[in-house]
Amino acid sequence: MTPFHRTRCAALLLAAWALPAWADIGQVKTRKGQVTVERQGQPLPVEVGMVLEAADTLKTGPDGAVGITMRDNSLLSAGPNSILSLQRFEFDPTTSQGRFDAQLQRGTLAVVSGRIARQSPQAMTVRTPAAQLGVRGTDFVVSADD
Amino acid sequence: MTERAPALLLPAWVAQVALVALLGGCASKPQGTVVLLPDGQSRDTAVLVKQDGGELLLDKPYAAAQLTSRGPAAQQSSAEQVQAQFGAALAARPLPPASFTLYFVEGRNEFTAESRRDFDAVFTEIARRPVPDLVVIGHTDTVGSATFNDNLSRQRADVVRNALVARGIAAERIVVVGRGEREPVVPTADNVAEPRNRRVEIQVR
Repeated sequence: MTPFHRTRCAALLLAAWALPAWADIGQVKTRKGQVTVERQGQPLPVEVGMVLEAADTLKTGPDGAVGITMRDNSLLSAGPNSILSLQRFEFDPTTSQGRFDAQLQRGTLAVVSGRIARQSPQAMTVRTPAAQLGVRGTDFVVSADD
Repeated sequence: MTERAPALLLPAWVAQVALVALLGGCASKPQGTVVLLPDGQSRDTAVLVKQDGGELLLDKPYAAAQLTSRGPAAQQSSAEQVQAQFGAALAARPLPPASFTLYFVEGRNEFTAESRRDFDAVFTEIARRPVPDLVVIGHTDTVGSATFNDNLSRQRADVVRNALVARGIAAERIVVVGRGEREPVVPTADNVAEPRNRRVEIQVR
């Protein structure tokens, strides 16, 4: 085994070890009515306690609502007939540096921003089909009409 | 005359339809709403709303933006309006994280008497929540290098994590973080011993 191969193996091992920590970006804390999450093209039923991953898309039915707590303590909750994509979430808990991009494609969303936005006022963005919101902090609501 | 009446009515009817179509075209279609809510902790808070047609800074409680195809229009909303439109989303909001700060007897891995009581309160908070997860964050004062303090803060957090596990909390529900000297309660110059900065915070989410 050449030093190059050793380095590469070590990097792969490190990546495999680091993956679970990065995959866990938040957790479903409340759920009402019909809620699903689309993950890698597959719809999954959402239960309280479910761990979320980057690129997950939450969908609520006509009677549905869902509340999630992200790893940086951001709180997001969506009302009925909503589609919310957690497009990008990166967070270093030691430095509080990170990046959080969410998109509300449809419906209603309430947000309390967390440590990422407090550390870097440019680091959190919520988009709708009509607008881009730069989140300086902390508590706001947004709707995306059809 | 009776034969001409429909011919006279027709243009009026056409004009009405045209007027409605014209008004509909002029009034830009609503695309959504953004409302800044009061921040319970009265910190600086603002949301910058950007659209192709322009941008608008919301920085007062209930300052609102109506999103339109011509850009954001400034409005003033109210608690009642927010409740009417966003009540379901707000009702689904998770409990905010609860924070407990624990201090150690100097030079020992042992809580002060007050912190022992606070430690018990953590378990009351855990019991309130359907799916609690915990973050244990260690902090140091500014004595020693940044790297040294990163490790020390992590070690202090590990002590608290072990105490939680010993009391029956599943280890996989606890995340341990060392924040080092980055977040002092009492800001000091470098290399200043400050007992209030040597602490471990438990966040129950």
